[in-house]
Amino acid sequence: MKAFLTRRKSLLVAASAALALTLSACGGGTGGGTNPKPAEKPSFAAGTTMEKIAAAGSIKIGTKFDQPLFGQVGLDNKPVGFDVEIGKLIAAKLGIAADKIEWSETVSANREPFIEQGKVDLVIATYTINDKRKKVVSFAGPYYEAGQALMVNKDNTDITKPEDVKGKKVCSVTGSTPAGTIVEKYGAVLVPAATYSACLEPLRNKQVEAITTDNVILAGLVDKEPDAFKLASEETFTKEPYGIGLKKDDTEFRNWINDQLEAFGKDGSYKKAWADTAGTVIKTAPELPAIDRY
Amino acid sequence: MDAIIESLPLYWNGFLRTLFLSAVSGVIALLAGTLLAAARVSPVAALRGFSMTYVEILRNTPLTIAFFFAAIVLPRLGVKFEQFEVGAIMALSAYTAAFIAEAVRSGVNSVPVGQAEAARSVGMQFGQVLSLIILPQAVRTVIPPLINILIALVKNSSVAGAFFVLELFGYGRQLANSNGDQVMAVLLGVAFFYLLITVPLGILASTVERKVAISR
Repeated sequence: MKAFLTRRKSLLVAASAALALTLSACGGGTGGGTNPKPAEKPSFAAGTTMEKIAAAGSIKIGTKFDQPLFGQVGLDNKPVGFDVEIGKLIAAKLGIAADKIEWSETVSANREPFIEQGKVDLVIATYTINDKRKKVVSFAGPYYEAGQALMVNKDNTDITKPEDVKGKKVCSVTGSTPAGTIVEKYGAVLVPAATYSACLEPLRNKQVEAITTDNVILAGLVDKEPDAFKLASEETFTKEPYGIGLKKDDTEFRNWINDQLEAFGKDGSYKKAWADTAGTVIKTAPELPAIDRY
Repeated sequence: MDAIIESLPLYWNGFLRTLFLSAVSGVIALLAGTLLAAARVSPVAALRGFSMTYVEILRNTPLTIAFFFAAIVLPRLGVKFEQFEVGAIMALSAYTAAFIAEAVRSGVNSVPVGQAEAARSVGMQFGQVLSLIILPQAVRTVIPPLINILIALVKNSSVAGAFFVLELFGYGRQLANSNGDQVMAVLLGVAFFYLLITVPLGILASTVERKVAISR
């Protein structure tokens, strides 16, 4: 028994030492991206969502944690990417510093429920605006327009357009819009994966012929291994306008965000946000799309 | 609700795929697991060692690692299969076999040792003792936990959705994405189809339990 106790003690010591190491390793990370300067004491009309959030001094934003260039969490546990930058810019306009944002992961399937249940104030997560979603949430934006594309092995010559994938195996992420489109519209055989990076192995092994998703994500993947993969074509075959999801019918908040987006487009912060994130890979800088004030 | 009605064919596809994965993996795992359990109680030390090592490794690592190995590492090593289902079935059966082996072994241990001694003293060989005396008695104790393991297997098969096989959960995610206004309903639909497989298994378990209860 005595021996057992000492062993347990030594285990405890070892465990706490390990914990201390981990904690010290976690501390001090500033996270990627930039920290836009928060507005000094912004004032909003009483009763608006902007006023409530500004008064609370923190905002809850949902984003993707596994989407390169848009919203990806690195080892320091802080999300970085273009979506994240847009979130920071909006928070700053509410007088909230970047470190006061509460980020949570919104995977494709939980974006609407999180907004409906008030778990997040905003969802900025490569969130395509569509009519079904408009029934349950409202969208500000679009702040970016992506489009679906195909990525193939470097030596592939027989897939250049989406019609070429009929009956062929194509990898995409389970439950994403592009996965649905490639099956329903173009008759591909879907091979689902958990993340886009997981699709790389079957493509490399020629177990699938192509990977499909939004062009910006594929660009990030091709950029990492330009000798192995390429985009089937520069042309995109769908329009995926990314919007900012918020509580349905909070029109004041939506209009306010739309105004901010237009301001970011004019004052260069939109361009800077792009250049700091996705612009490191995708050389053509986007223009802010026309805001849809439906 | 209309999302569920509209997508019934897709749900059905997913349901069949899940059923197929679970059934094939279940049969393979039952055979392999029983063999592993036999090896575990056999008089041959090498067999005992192999079985113990296998069971302990598979039982104590996450299922995703087995999947990762079957779906990503093996193809890297040049073992390629045309159908991704093969990899999924390999991973599921290898993983489940370890649990089945443990269940069967505990069943074997529940048979009083006097039974085996009596059988030996009549002059039976190890194989005869196991197949004629021990296993028939052990099976009664083993059936309820075995069905539990099979229920877990059905639910575990959803991991295949992250490794290139489109099954019930995968279709569910697909439907949730295309019906952004009815996510909850879609996911409840997925749950319903899982229950369609697992609840009958549970009922079967309790029935069998009542039928084969031994009064010792």
